[in-house]
Amino acid sequence: MAANPMTQFNVYRIGPEIKVGAFDISFTNASLFMIISTLAILIIFNLGSKKNSLLPNKIQLLAELSYTFVSKMISDTAGLKAKPYFAFIFSLFMFVLFCNMFGMIPYTFTVTSHIIVTFVLAAFIFIGVTVIGFIKHGFGYLKLFVPSGVPAVLLPLIVVIEIISYLSRPVSLSVRLFANMMAGHTMMKVFGGFVISLGIVGGWLPLSFSVALTGLEILVAFLQAYVFAILTCIYLNDALNLHH
Amino acid sequence: MIKKIYFQSIFFSFLFSLEAFAAESGGMPQLNPEFWVSQIFWLILTFGILYIVLSKLILPKISNNLETRKSQILENIEAAEKQREDSEIKLKEYEEIVSKSKLEAKNIFNQAREKALKDINAKREVLDKQIDEEISKAEKEINTLRKSAPEKINTIAIETSSDLIQKLIGAEVNNSSISAIVDDLSKRNGDKYYGN
Repeated sequence: MAANPMTQFNVYRIGPEIKVGAFDISFTNASLFMIISTLAILIIFNLGSKKNSLLPNKIQLLAELSYTFVSKMISDTAGLKAKPYFAFIFSLFMFVLFCNMFGMIPYTFTVTSHIIVTFVLAAFIFIGVTVIGFIKHGFGYLKLFVPSGVPAVLLPLIVVIEIISYLSRPVSLSVRLFANMMAGHTMMKVFGGFVISLGIVGGWLPLSFSVALTGLEILVAFLQAYVFAILTCIYLNDALNLHH
Repeated sequence: MIKKIYFQSIFFSFLFSLEAFAAESGGMPQLNPEFWVSQIFWLILTFGILYIVLSKLILPKISNNLETRKSQILENIEAAEKQREDSEIKLKEYEEIVSKSKLEAKNIFNQAREKALKDINAKREVLDKQIDEEISKAEKEINTLRKSAPEKINTIAIETSSDLIQKLIGAEVNNSSISAIVDDLSKRNGDKYYGN
């Protein structure tokens, strides 16, 4: 079967159909990998924070390095005011990273390759950041759309552009992650299909491509999680420290 | 040639498989809204649990661990610094004690030497005095002996000569005349006998 490279993104029900009112909230393979990612994060970080030895063991070092990595990322981009949102950004980064990484294992499902998942995360961030901005600055938060030092003639245009760019944030944030994951996995599937269809004679070339792509995709999986988290930090920074 | 065929076959099969995919694909499963609600529900559930557990239980522990480690390391560094300073002070004290004791030892040695020298000098002086005294005593005795010696000799000479004359001529000779002769002789020859 030269499988359709998109079948790997199919969501299917595992177990019985669960309906709440008109909504179908059945347990699917996507739910399964969300739970696996969540459990993996919780287990790793629980093990990494259990003992407090002066010389950390490997798993403690991993947990503490991740902690300082995210903590540094937040303080670098959003400053000290973003401290209360550390836990959220940390969980966000870890969730996206683990979902991406579990997707790299063959025969698994990549949760973040679905636009609905990334869009819900991005929309939540967008709404949260907007609410934080209005709480911190009141209607002064609208000054975000009026950059200082712009000639009055250009101002209407600039304001429109700023508003569009602000509103497109959740879209760009979600589509970036979803498209990256989907494109990478599709490409790997296509090259995997070539290996089969070209057989032992010609299959070596796509196979080597596939190997290289796997490395690239692991990099992309990390990078996209990082980009997702750091963009959240930047949006948060806009809401906390009004620069314009 | 073989190479050319190889790459051509790869190229063509690429085209064929693309066509095959195009024919098979039925759009993106991501845009099928059948399971959207389910995905949203499970995402909120799992992410919510993840966020709550991380923020309430795990992250505070990690930050606590990091801080205690930091403070422990700082404390250890401080303690080490203190101990180093203490050891430096102790080392200085030790060096002072050593140099002091060296000085004391030198002093004691010098004192002992001086004392010994003094003792020796004092004893030598006493001995010298004694020797001098004895020498002077002996000299005095010698002098007195030497002074008394000629008179005794004279008397002995007078007695012996009177005895001799008596025996020789059987007549008693006046002692005073003999003594006059002896005195005369002794005065004439005294230098010869006594070496003075």
